[in-house]
Amino acid sequence: MDGSIVRVENLEKYFGTNHVLRGCDLAVAPRETICILGRSGSGKSTLLRCINFLEEPSVGAVEVDGIRVEADPLHARSRAHQEQIRQIRLRAQMVFQEFNLFPHMRVIDNLIEAPMRVRGVSRAEAIATAEEFLAKVGLMDKRDEWPSRLSGGQKQRVAIARALTMEPKVLMFDEPTSALDPSLVGEVLKVMEELAHEGTTMLVVTHEMSFAREAADRVLFMEEGVFVEEGPPEQVLDAPRDPRTQVFLERFLGAPRPVRRPAPEQPPPLAHQVGHTI
Amino acid sequence: MNQAPTPAAGLVGQPAPIVEAIRQARARHAVRFRIEFAITWLVLVGGLVLALFAAGKIDTEFLNKWVPFILGGVPMTLLVSVVSIAVAVVFALIGALGRLSSVAPIYAVATLYVSMVRGTPLIVQILFIYSALPQFGIVLPAFIAGVFALSFNYGAYMTEVFRAGIQAVPRGQTEAAQALGMPERGIMRRIVMPQAIRIVIPAIGNEFIAMTKDSSLVSYVALQELLWRARTVGSANFRSLETLLVAALIYWLMTIVLSYFQGRLEKRMAESEVRV
Repeated sequence: MDGSIVRVENLEKYFGTNHVLRGCDLAVAPRETICILGRSGSGKSTLLRCINFLEEPSVGAVEVDGIRVEADPLHARSRAHQEQIRQIRLRAQMVFQEFNLFPHMRVIDNLIEAPMRVRGVSRAEAIATAEEFLAKVGLMDKRDEWPSRLSGGQKQRVAIARALTMEPKVLMFDEPTSALDPSLVGEVLKVMEELAHEGTTMLVVTHEMSFAREAADRVLFMEEGVFVEEGPPEQVLDAPRDPRTQVFLERFLGAPRPVRRPAPEQPPPLAHQVGHTI
Repeated sequence: MNQAPTPAAGLVGQPAPIVEAIRQARARHAVRFRIEFAITWLVLVGGLVLALFAAGKIDTEFLNKWVPFILGGVPMTLLVSVVSIAVAVVFALIGALGRLSSVAPIYAVATLYVSMVRGTPLIVQILFIYSALPQFGIVLPAFIAGVFALSFNYGAYMTEVFRAGIQAVPRGQTEAAQALGMPERGIMRRIVMPQAIRIVIPAIGNEFIAMTKDSSLVSYVALQELLWRARTVGSANFRSLETLLVAALIYWLMTIVLSYFQGRLEKRMAESEVRV
């Protein structure tokens, strides 16, 4: 043991014959924020999904907060393995690109469902915790709202609060702002930056360079299922050593930034009627 | 969210005259369409009724005497349909879970159920339960036999509807619940099922409307619902033309009323806050 809260050992994942993860090693120290960058399809999301076993890894092992689980693709459904996986999931919470709030539950019920039913917390206590985290993400006023009434940014902040109510050891973010309207990205990143500065252990797959620069302790660059470069953000982002990282960053940052226009005003009334049959 | 777009007066100033002109033209067109629709129906249905009476084959005195008796079968028809659809939902739920099971024997049983029921006529199933089972010493009262046959049959068809409903719940919902550490059964019960049921509610409504008509088949097990009463009176008096016409008309009216509520239900589901 070296004091790390998350360890990934030689993790490999095949989808059919497609070798998506080709041996990943990773150790996350407590209170550390790590950003994982890379092209889409490089295996970043798969890595996160293998850490909490939403995908069963093909080879390797994952350890979270002392719970070590080896990949067991041939007996993935066995009761013992599933129970171990559940122990990992309780400690490593995940925030999804598509939020995945439960649409049939109001915000507060989204937040107390798992604490009550999984951790056995009393209703009163679950509500108190939920309200605390709702306030933290600035959405106390949406406590009794339906998810469908929230903006994308608000949904994602609720999703973050939902993950926090499980009091995880590490919080994993799978491209948390990729599904958002550009004008809503900021509010989510702000919450994430606050969490990072408070010392939440975070593992973030993202394309938001500004977040990586501002909040990450370490940046990892992934290509074709392996980490090809890692280091502090200023080094990886400003002076990448690996040619693959260089190419990626050149394409990503070199392209002229799109001009951010204000959100379009309401279109004139006639536009809405096009397509209506009389 | 779904409000009709309001004219953005601040953006375009006064709406152009053409906007109002188009709106009025559309409104006029809609009214004319409805009027023409109503006239066409009146002509067709009225003409049919007139022709029937003009042919002199309709015995109005007989009708006056027996229509109340036939109408008296409506409560039984509705009762059989309501109870059968409720029981069918239970069959369908169990069937759907079976069809989604990864345990081979469970999947096999559910698949056999669906295949057998869908592969044989409903009337054969009804007669089998009522007339063939007694040879095993199983004698069911007409109501129980009728409801069991109808719900067993509809349950099989609705199994596939429910299965599709469960599968229509986005994968991300299950994943989010898994990531929260919820156990598999809890995920099905608390997260997937409530959303799947919302998805299939309009389909259940449609099945119910179909059921009110298929329930006429239980007249063959001497359950005294609408069609049984019409057939009994009709054949006893050699007046099947009148009684079957009345029965058909009552079924049709029931369907129209139920379809109206079905439409409202679908609209309400579509506008619900709880969107899947």
